[in-house]
Amino acid sequence: MQKNYKKYFLLFVLPTFVAFVIAFVAPFLMGLGLSFCKFQTVVDAEFVGLDNYIKAFQNKEFITAMGFTIKFTLVSVVIINVLAFALALMLTKDVKGTNFFRTIFFMPNLIGGLVLGYIWQAIINGVLMSKQATILSDSKYGFWGLIIMMCWQMIGYMMIIYIAGIQNVSPDLLEAAAIDGATKSQTLFKIIIPMVMPSITVCMFLTLSNSFKLFDQNLALTNGGPSNETRMVALDIFKTFYGRMGWEGVGQAKAVVFFIFVSAIAFAQLYFTRNKEVES
Amino acid sequence: MREKKKKPANVVMFIILVILAIVFVFPILFVLINSFKGKLFISDNPFSMPKFSLNKEEKADIDEQYQKKVEEFLDRYTDGVTVPREMTDALVAEHCTAEGYKTVAEYEEGVKKGLESQVVSFVKLKNYIEGVEKTGFFQAFGYSAFITVFSVLVIVLFTAMTGWMITRYKSKVSEALYLLYAFSMVVPFQMVMFTMTFVVNRLSLDNPLGIIIVYLGFGAGLSVFMFCGFVKGIPIDIEEAAMIDGCTPAKTFFSVVLPILKPTAITVAILNAMWIWNDYLLPYLTLGSNYKTIPVAVQYIKDGYGGADMGILMAMLVLAIIPIIIFYVTCQKYIIQGVAAGAVKG
Repeated sequence: MQKNYKKYFLLFVLPTFVAFVIAFVAPFLMGLGLSFCKFQTVVDAEFVGLDNYIKAFQNKEFITAMGFTIKFTLVSVVIINVLAFALALMLTKDVKGTNFFRTIFFMPNLIGGLVLGYIWQAIINGVLMSKQATILSDSKYGFWGLIIMMCWQMIGYMMIIYIAGIQNVSPDLLEAAAIDGATKSQTLFKIIIPMVMPSITVCMFLTLSNSFKLFDQNLALTNGGPSNETRMVALDIFKTFYGRMGWEGVGQAKAVVFFIFVSAIAFAQLYFTRNKEVES
Repeated sequence: MREKKKKPANVVMFIILVILAIVFVFPILFVLINSFKGKLFISDNPFSMPKFSLNKEEKADIDEQYQKKVEEFLDRYTDGVTVPREMTDALVAEHCTAEGYKTVAEYEEGVKKGLESQVVSFVKLKNYIEGVEKTGFFQAFGYSAFITVFSVLVIVLFTAMTGWMITRYKSKVSEALYLLYAFSMVVPFQMVMFTMTFVVNRLSLDNPLGIIIVYLGFGAGLSVFMFCGFVKGIPIDIEEAAMIDGCTPAKTFFSVVLPILKPTAITVAILNAMWIWNDYLLPYLTLGSNYKTIPVAVQYIKDGYGGADMGILMAMLVLAIIPIIIFYVTCQKYIIQGVAAGAVKG
């Protein structure tokens, strides 16, 4: 049987793989190499060792962007997951119109980042008008603006995943708990939450990586302003590449650092939460 | 146990949910309402409803203002000296032609319209018409639709083939491919952004057809990963039976496996469609302004005209959202199931 497959292996695997090499593998390897070079158009690369990395870490904007991104990610991950879980709990009770509410809450997720950014920019500027301010007056407006927008976009998505998880908790277990006289909070913390740990893992992973890699929304809402205080790492890398002549190498070095950071978080997070999951 | 409904708590919850639903819908209504308002009204008073017509007082006020205007220029001509009626009429008529109007009535109408537009914020479809013209919206819609539909079809077909093959054919190569595709999911776009643009330009893939290949390459990670997960769960017996009956692996795949993969294929299609339709950076970098997709066109309003016209921006946001809402309403069931299924596998 295996031999049978072998004859067709290339036919089945090659189309995707060629595209994958063009769009991902080759650019990835080139990117790694170029992060040690000075270049402007890729072909004129000149080896400069760790120079780009040194410049990247000495670049104040990059450090600020890192700090802002981490702060934003922590706050948004907590708020989104708590609210999404609360909504999922409500929508798995006997309330009228659960399907309708689910539809409404999920909808913003389908709207693209740029469009979302501009919608919220208009709303926030409208609200701040009473204070004679705009979203660019103070970086705290930008920060909370990003958080609110991110919540609006992501809560519905995470809620769907939590609902699927909560519906998988066996009713027998809940009944047994009720018979044993468990209080509501005991049922929640001792039964429901441990049982939906796989959903929590997935949601944490998705919110974490989405917040960390945020680009479109950042570009549209504040474009990093005021004076780059709300610039996140992805936007900073973009601006280094395309906004600063001669800094393409530094941009690539920043991108490599960003990549290592994202992978480290992803693996650490998956490792830790997987350990907490209940074997089922 | 579960049949016992605690009514009061549910009513409170229902009210909370209704309030939240309003909060969630509000931003979209906000954009919709503002898209029918003049740009100055959007920046001055974004939370007001559009004003469609004048009330009596405002009408009287405008008449008065017009009268005042006429008197003012008459004063200028006559220096305050009272002149016969025929003469003032002639002066008014002369002034009107000097201002570019044929008759006095036309002049009156023009001036009053100008005054009205400072009060009436409703501008009908003006923002939409101007926006569609300036951004070439329908063309952008065409490009977005073409790229999304064909990329998704290509991704679903080819990654299903790959996912099935590397799961069924056990070898070092298969394993390496699986790990490579899984790895690519973690890598942020910025890592390959610059070099990918270079490669794409060099290979002349910087057009709506070529970008489909790029999307296949980028979408491969998640899609292959999901198909692998699904194929692992389906029993191999059916395929073996087909092959014993003389089917080649290709025939087995297309007539036996592919129909079984349908639920995963729908999930993969939806996740990729959502991503590609809304993607900004990749088309911006590779296609640029030659073939503007909808997100690129939206950004173009902001970048292109020396500060965005808020009216046009709002109208374009509405036009960008409408196809998404139509898609959502028609495939809602699949989308929500797909997202939940995708999350469990991813």
